[in-house]
Amino acid sequence: MHHTTMRRTRRGALFGIVGAACATLLLAGCAGPGDAGGDAPQTAPVGKDTAATLTYAVWDQNQVAAIKANLEGFNEQYPKIKVNVDVTPWGTYWTKLQTEASSNTLPDLFWMNGPNFQLYASNGKLEPITAEVKAGAIDPANYSKALNDLYTYDDVQYGVPKDFDTIAIWANKSLFEKARVALPTDGWTWDDFQSLSAEISHKLKAQGIYGAAGGMDGQTTYYDTIFQAGGNVISADGKTSEYDTPAAKAGIAFWTDLIASGASPSMAQLTDTGADQWFTSGKLAMYQGGSWFRGALAGSDMEKDVVVIPLPKGQQQATVIHGVANVVAANSTHKAAAQALQAYLAGKQAQQQQGDLGAVIPAFNGTQDAFTKSMPDANLQVFLDAVDYAKPLPISKNTAAWNTLEANLLPSAFDGSQPVDGVLKDLATQMDAALAKE
Amino acid sequence: MAVDAHVRDAVAGGSAGRPVRTRSGEPGRGARSLRADGAWPWLFAGPLLIGVAIFYLWPIVQTFWFSFTTWGVFGGAVFSGLTNYAALLSDPQLYQALLNTLIYTLIVLLGVPIAVWLASLLNTPGLRLAQFYRALFFLPYVAMPAAIALVWRIIFNGDFGVLNWFLSLFGISGPYWISTPGFALVAVSIVGLWSSVGFSMIILGAGLKDIPSELYEAARVDGASRWRQFRSITVPLLTPSIFFVLIITTIGSFQLFDLLYAILGSSNPVLPKTMSLVFYFYSTGFIQNDKGLAAAIAMVIFVIIGLITLVQFRAQRRWAQS
Repeated sequence: MHHTTMRRTRRGALFGIVGAACATLLLAGCAGPGDAGGDAPQTAPVGKDTAATLTYAVWDQNQVAAIKANLEGFNEQYPKIKVNVDVTPWGTYWTKLQTEASSNTLPDLFWMNGPNFQLYASNGKLEPITAEVKAGAIDPANYSKALNDLYTYDDVQYGVPKDFDTIAIWANKSLFEKARVALPTDGWTWDDFQSLSAEISHKLKAQGIYGAAGGMDGQTTYYDTIFQAGGNVISADGKTSEYDTPAAKAGIAFWTDLIASGASPSMAQLTDTGADQWFTSGKLAMYQGGSWFRGALAGSDMEKDVVVIPLPKGQQQATVIHGVANVVAANSTHKAAAQALQAYLAGKQAQQQQGDLGAVIPAFNGTQDAFTKSMPDANLQVFLDAVDYAKPLPISKNTAAWNTLEANLLPSAFDGSQPVDGVLKDLATQMDAALAKE
Repeated sequence: MAVDAHVRDAVAGGSAGRPVRTRSGEPGRGARSLRADGAWPWLFAGPLLIGVAIFYLWPIVQTFWFSFTTWGVFGGAVFSGLTNYAALLSDPQLYQALLNTLIYTLIVLLGVPIAVWLASLLNTPGLRLAQFYRALFFLPYVAMPAAIALVWRIIFNGDFGVLNWFLSLFGISGPYWISTPGFALVAVSIVGLWSSVGFSMIILGAGLKDIPSELYEAARVDGASRWRQFRSITVPLLTPSIFFVLIITTIGSFQLFDLLYAILGSSNPVLPKTMSLVFYFYSTGFIQNDKGLAAAIAMVIFVIIGLITLVQFRAQRRWAQS
């Protein structure tokens, strides 16, 4: 009760200020107190005459062109809703968002990612999409289930998938020719991967070229192999670590073996020069990386040498899927307008534009052909086919806490200074403690 | 207080008061004249004082309070007594970070004698291109730390870096500078030293200019060697500048963050063994979202810098007297 009064009062004061600003500046698109006052207009339907100014926060400048194109289409339907696109670089995006969330000044609509999602959802910062689904404005069936699951918390979905990425092997054909080995084929296995990497590294050692690179990054390397070994990083209920299971051990050992055999550059080498840089410098035959890496290759000299191969099979075929979602702030003063924008951006037309103009794979099923056509000889279709066997990126409420633990503890396994068993036991214990605090 | 002064001024009588004030000498009169200036000093100092109060003093008070609270992810600080300090003191990372910061500071402080030496070289009468050299040494200080870090990152690269290529000419196979524990801290310290020498040198150079040249002439007449001149004239008379540079360098070194962050990168496996106190603060507060604990770390840094500065002040007094 007390809470409500407080909020009303503050809102009243805010409207006073906003109203005064409107009066003095005569802003055309500025929504007056009448439009947003109280809760009633938020549930009222939005239409041609709805006036509001929305902020849409994103972190990728490269996608602004596609977003602007989306907004033109949106404004044909809602001419009086003005949308300001607010681009904050990735490095500061989350710090800024957290500050805004703390002071209840979140942007009306903004990009969300998997690792941060539950933090915002569980603290009541996000508006569920339930009402839009019920009204038929959004149909989750248009997106992959893994993506819908990623943005579902306690059986309620909060985010609409905007795009996605999966992991596969980027191979440099000319290095394969140089080493006189054949490119791997679909259905290849872990053993094939290990022996092929070792063979290339051995044959091209004099030129400092490696077959493959073991990495420090979960999403592109060891999460995938843990899934392929039939394991998990975190339990289904998100409460316990699964790093102490045999499957997780197999998934980590995949990389420690690769590094120990000399088929991959060492930990130190990969810290100085990232695996992606080894690949773009023509010193790495196979780079296990995300679909977003297309941006680094398209239009470069390397483009014609590159082909994509599905990840090798362990106990099963698996890859990690992740994607950005559009979410509406729970305390947005123009919630209905923000939801209209959310629904529009999730629609087929907007998603097709995202694919045509953006550097991403749009989430809407059937709009992804533009992505595969962007590098026609590279077989980018692999990334789309991977959706069938993809597992969502492992997350919990405070993902950052145990991501830090992974980054601190796993290197001593990768560089061979400590046995995998002990490191994983330690990691599982500390991760359990971090999860217990959530 | 200001009103008070005005009233007194008025009572004393406008024209009668003024000449008295110009006849200074007695401390009582001087103090009174300051008060008689009324609100003016405050008015001029005001903008700065308000800025300092809002952006420096108030945050310190707030941080002090926050260090006794536990935070929700999105604010909502709850008083939790000494739990943060207890957790902090039992975290080995604190001591590692403290040790790293001390090592870094000591290495960077080696730059002060180097700067004294460089400054006196550049102050040699009749040196050609002195301005040019001065600008050259000062350049690293005005360059952006992020840009500096990127360049040094390439220089330090284990496989393809210039430094290891240079070492290989002498048959030395260099380490992976920025990804081997121990070496990484040294690498960052070298950059820190290199970028701070220019600033120290300019301050010390200004101090050198204040030393009357007659002293050197007299010393030369007495047959003092250059080393003796340096030891008996330059260093003692330069003490205030050296002291200032020492304090500034120490405080700056204790706040090591940007160079470390930019040179090592945020996902470098050597970070736990290499991180500084401020990096520890950053990672606790902004990566792991534990703002209360981060505030406690900030208070520890604050106290340590305060103590060190205090010790330096004491030491300088003794040094200046001897």
